[in-house]
Amino acid sequence: MALFAPLAQVTPVDWSPLWISLKTSIVATIITLVVGLAAAYWRERHKGSAMALVDGIFILPLVLPPTVVGFFLLVIFGRNGPVGRVLLRLGATVVFSWPATVIAAAVVSFPLMYLTARAALEQVDTRFLEAARTLGASEWRVFREIALPLAWPGVLAGTILSFARALGEFGATLMVAGNIPGRTATIPIAIYFAVEADDMHRAIVWCVIDVVISLALLGGLYHWAYTPGTRPARETKP
Amino acid sequence: MPLEIQITKRLAEFTLNVSITAGDSPLGILGPSGAGKTMLLRCIAGLERPDRGRIVLDGRTLLDTEHGVDVPSRDRRVGMVIQHYALFPHKTIAENVAFGLHHLAPSERTQRVDELLERTRIAELGKRYPRQVSGGEQQRAALARALSIEPSALLLDEPLSALDTHLRSQLEAQLQEVFLVYRRPTLLVTHNVEEAYRLGRELLVLSRGQIAASGPREDVFRHPPSLEVARLTGCKNFSRAQPISEDTVQAIDWRCQLRVRTFRGGPVACAGIRAHHIDFVESSDGSSSSENVFPCWLVRSSESPFRVTLFLRLHQPPDESGNFDLQAEVYKEKWEHFRGRPLPWHVRLAPELLFVMPE
Repeated sequence: MALFAPLAQVTPVDWSPLWISLKTSIVATIITLVVGLAAAYWRERHKGSAMALVDGIFILPLVLPPTVVGFFLLVIFGRNGPVGRVLLRLGATVVFSWPATVIAAAVVSFPLMYLTARAALEQVDTRFLEAARTLGASEWRVFREIALPLAWPGVLAGTILSFARALGEFGATLMVAGNIPGRTATIPIAIYFAVEADDMHRAIVWCVIDVVISLALLGGLYHWAYTPGTRPARETKP
Repeated sequence: MPLEIQITKRLAEFTLNVSITAGDSPLGILGPSGAGKTMLLRCIAGLERPDRGRIVLDGRTLLDTEHGVDVPSRDRRVGMVIQHYALFPHKTIAENVAFGLHHLAPSERTQRVDELLERTRIAELGKRYPRQVSGGEQQRAALARALSIEPSALLLDEPLSALDTHLRSQLEAQLQEVFLVYRRPTLLVTHNVEEAYRLGRELLVLSRGQIAASGPREDVFRHPPSLEVARLTGCKNFSRAQPISEDTVQAIDWRCQLRVRTFRGGPVACAGIRAHHIDFVESSDGSSSSENVFPCWLVRSSESPFRVTLFLRLHQPPDESGNFDLQAEVYKEKWEHFRGRPLPWHVRLAPELLFVMPE
């Protein structure tokens, strides 16, 4: 087994896992960004002991094994599941199709977005929001023009973390979307099945590609966050 | 009836209970920290909700808990300036001022912003960010921003407290100017007695959420209704007192009888006089102005640049304890005049300047 054969000699037959992974991660990240931000902003404005349960549910996908998340998704979106049955009546099947990879990736990356965005929004002094309200701003304007810009560095960090998590998603995706080459086979899944099929060359190529993408993302994030001058100086306190 | 407020709100330590009408002249709100002053302003601005009450501004009902009316902050048209200004840090000064003019066309908006910056004398700072300008300039920008919405009422919460003395007087003058033009209900919270007096024609003294005094500033200072109000308005000399006749009280701590003017009968528990109202006279010479003239000894003195505070013991030389009965404040010129005289000196506690209060 020529594990260390020069990479140049290896020509993967099929590049589709790369495109599927990128497409899935981008769409999942957009969904996570919107839903996670909305949930974080909503949660910031509603305090109370009952909210601990809400927090728990929101953060659960982070701590559960991905297979458990995948199992729940299968139950919910399966033919007999509450959502699956409705979709089936509309003529759509989610399970074992591309949208399932997006759902799996969005669900597992949601807690990262939620937690980071909440921490960032929490740092925004309420006096700014109150000042905006007394100046006649609608709640939407308060969010878009004051809260979001002031929390933006944190929200952006959350977005990048979510994207990285979505890109690396394996367990839940396999459970709910399976391994359909050209449709649901993302890079992590392609790696797993390449190894299983004893195709080490292909596994290595995908591993290297994955490492490169992840490094570029995280390196970019750290560069942006810790190099003076790359990030606009903002105070979040008056 | 420009601004009528009648609210009750339970707070952790006490209940805020305020019922007052603010006219077109500025109302200064005095009180110790934690008396509910800021909470009162926040209720008017719609940032806090009172448990019960009514707020009517220019005939518009902003709050009426009985009828379920609670107009949100954004529709109240109440301008607010707080201690640290809360200028949006990611917007320039001009963008900050323009924030409340969202509904105007861009050209009109720019023009209005320029006018406001001009009026608050920061015309050249529009393009800077709040962190790039001084505290005083931030305060001016916050004022311009609050005025931008042409508010029906203006609320100022310790607007000068974050500034040093020199800037304070400049910005106080700026506020005076604004008050001359802006003739709407203006509430100004401060813990500085002199600032409250200079800026507020009317005064409201709050103590633990209750109104301790309210009315024209002269009245509140001349006839404080209670010991606490006298203290909060800067009075430093007090003595327990018992009425003896219609115009005489026995001052227990000062060990003497005092003729008083403002005494209208009823229970009197305390007499007081302001430090700068204590007069030093040649001696008790039996003339008509000899009422309430007492010998006193100097215990110690404390000098400020232009004034001196004298701590005095009445009727007897000071003992080792260093106890004093009165503190008097006099200009240095006057002090130079009599400091060389032999003790005892004589002080006169003019009946019209003494006040007597229930406990």
